[in-house]
Amino acid sequence: MEALIESIMRGLGQGSVYAMLGLGFVIVYKGTEVVNFAQPALMILGAFLVSWFTFDAGVPFFAALPLAMLAAALLGAAIERIALRPMVGQPVFSAAMVTVGVFFALLTVATRLIGTDIRRTGDPWGLDVLLIGDVRLFQVDIAKLVIGVLAFLVVGAYFKYSRSGLAIRATASDQETALAQGVKVGRMFGLSWALAGALGALAGAFIGAGGVGFEPISALVALKALPAIILGGLDSIKGALIGGLVIGVIESLSRTYQPGIAPWLGANFDQVVPYLVMLIVLMIRPYGLFGTPEIERV
Amino acid sequence: MLTIEGLEVVYEDVILVLKGVSLTVPDGEIVTLLGANGAGKTPVLRAITGLLDVHRGAIRKGSINLDGKPIHHLDAPGTVAAGIGQVMEGRRIFVDFTIDENLRIGAHTADRGTIEANLDRIYTLFPILAQRRKQVAGYLSGGEQQMLAIGRALMAEPKLLLLDEPSLGLAPLIVQQIRDLIVEINEQGTSVLLVEQNANMALSISQHGYILETGKVVMDKPAAVLRDDEDVREFYLGLREEGAASFRDVKHYKRRKRWLS
Ligand SMILES: Nc1ncnc2c1ncn2[C@@H]1O[C@H](COP(=O)(O)OP(=O)(O)OP(=O)(O)O)[C@@H](O)[C@H]1O
Ligand SMILES: [Mg+2]
Repeated sequence: MEALIESIMRGLGQGSVYAMLGLGFVIVYKGTEVVNFAQPALMILGAFLVSWFTFDAGVPFFAALPLAMLAAALLGAAIERIALRPMVGQPVFSAAMVTVGVFFALLTVATRLIGTDIRRTGDPWGLDVLLIGDVRLFQVDIAKLVIGVLAFLVVGAYFKYSRSGLAIRATASDQETALAQGVKVGRMFGLSWALAGALGALAGAFIGAGGVGFEPISALVALKALPAIILGGLDSIKGALIGGLVIGVIESLSRTYQPGIAPWLGANFDQVVPYLVMLIVLMIRPYGLFGTPEIERV
Repeated sequence: MLTIEGLEVVYEDVILVLKGVSLTVPDGEIVTLLGANGAGKTPVLRAITGLLDVHRGAIRKGSINLDGKPIHHLDAPGTVAAGIGQVMEGRRIFVDFTIDENLRIGAHTADRGTIEANLDRIYTLFPILAQRRKQVAGYLSGGEQQMLAIGRALMAEPKLLLLDEPSLGLAPLIVQQIRDLIVEINEQGTSVLLVEQNANMALSISQHGYILETGKVVMDKPAAVLRDDEDVREFYLGLREEGAASFRDVKHYKRRKRWLS
């Protein structure tokens, strides 16, 4: 029983990171119809920024986090302006390919910056645990879950109540009509990317937290946000949260139990599980749990 | 006052859809622009509101001035800021927004301080909408959606309101309501350029009318004169029953084609 609860909590923690990344994907996808393959690179650069602020600039972690988010937001907006704005009006597939290019460019930069050592983000949780009876929960997992849910609440309120949040949604729903309301559509694209950058940095701050550290290749972790948003629905914010958490928990449970129950599936099976879930979802419900089914215009 | 002089518009660099249109909307008046399908009414509005480029169109010649200031080089947000509001053809409300959100996005360029007062004003003008503020707008009826689109345009307190076929697809009773609302909005101080195929309704409330045919103004007269004109009566006032019916068929066919493309 303790093992089960502990495993679920680890999954919720990791799943929150997928959810933050998924949220970045979803915002850019909704706002600009582009699948943003640069998101993993934004995350790893964000992780580096947090690490740089804490260790090189000597800023406390909780100040480094917003600073890194701000810097990554500016980076996101700059990428949109330089690399993606010229693609407006081109097929979205071409724009998605541009983001692949941006991914490799940023990853190269990140690799240079991070170097060969494993870096740390200087988070305050480390390997500390919270003991509830016999259940040992890592504090970092609780922090990931709390901050992840908080991020969703803040983003949700932003889209519902703020002027620019409403304008991003209007742009997503009908660009011409948004223009007719006086919305500067290009600026909304930039804002979507800025949000994606900030969320990337937030996820990045946690990727190396809990005593594990990160290296350039840790960027690949962010790819698991893809199964998460496909499960939740590419255009659903709620879906990103639930998809992220579900994928995190499934992954964690299979790590805990699969070696005992089904050892014949081989080692590291948990690494594959998110993608298996993704394939199954694509086969039976391609628009995900909360996504909008593709509307046939006849 | 809006003044358009010698306006030429091309689509795709080669399709000339407006061939020297001149038109004036004096302050405080309602001016009607009539024309059959494809005459070029919507391109006139798109030229005024900076939306041509979205449709791969451009102004080739001519000028558009609002109160003496040229506005033909402005982009769409620029024209909104200059004081022009519009209700696009087909209403184009944000179906996944609530009614409240649809109105608030209309105030995107407005001073924040004006929003609550304008919401009140619009909910007084359209009590039906007030009861359903928090509901998703996609579930409104056609007439209610038209009212919402008009309300949304009013949120920015435009000096000039452009309406593209507001009566389209609405039952006669609702058309009456919309008509009365346009009059009321005009009386509250907004000039109106009304694009219509329902000449009866449009000419009954406007001071002046223009008739557009294949990109040219072929008539430019006080509304009262147009109401009595034989040709206008025949072609636009629906006195030839079959003609009126077939116009509508053409329209629906065109709509479907546009969705598919
Ligand atoms: N995007 C476009 N590209 C090329 N030509 C266009 C485009 N949109 C409209 N046209 C052409 O411009 C002319 C004016 O058409 P439009 O439908 O805008 O006129 P309208 O008077 O508003 O008609 P309706 O009453 O049907 O709305 C037509 O000849 C049409 O084929
Ligand atoms: Mg039209």
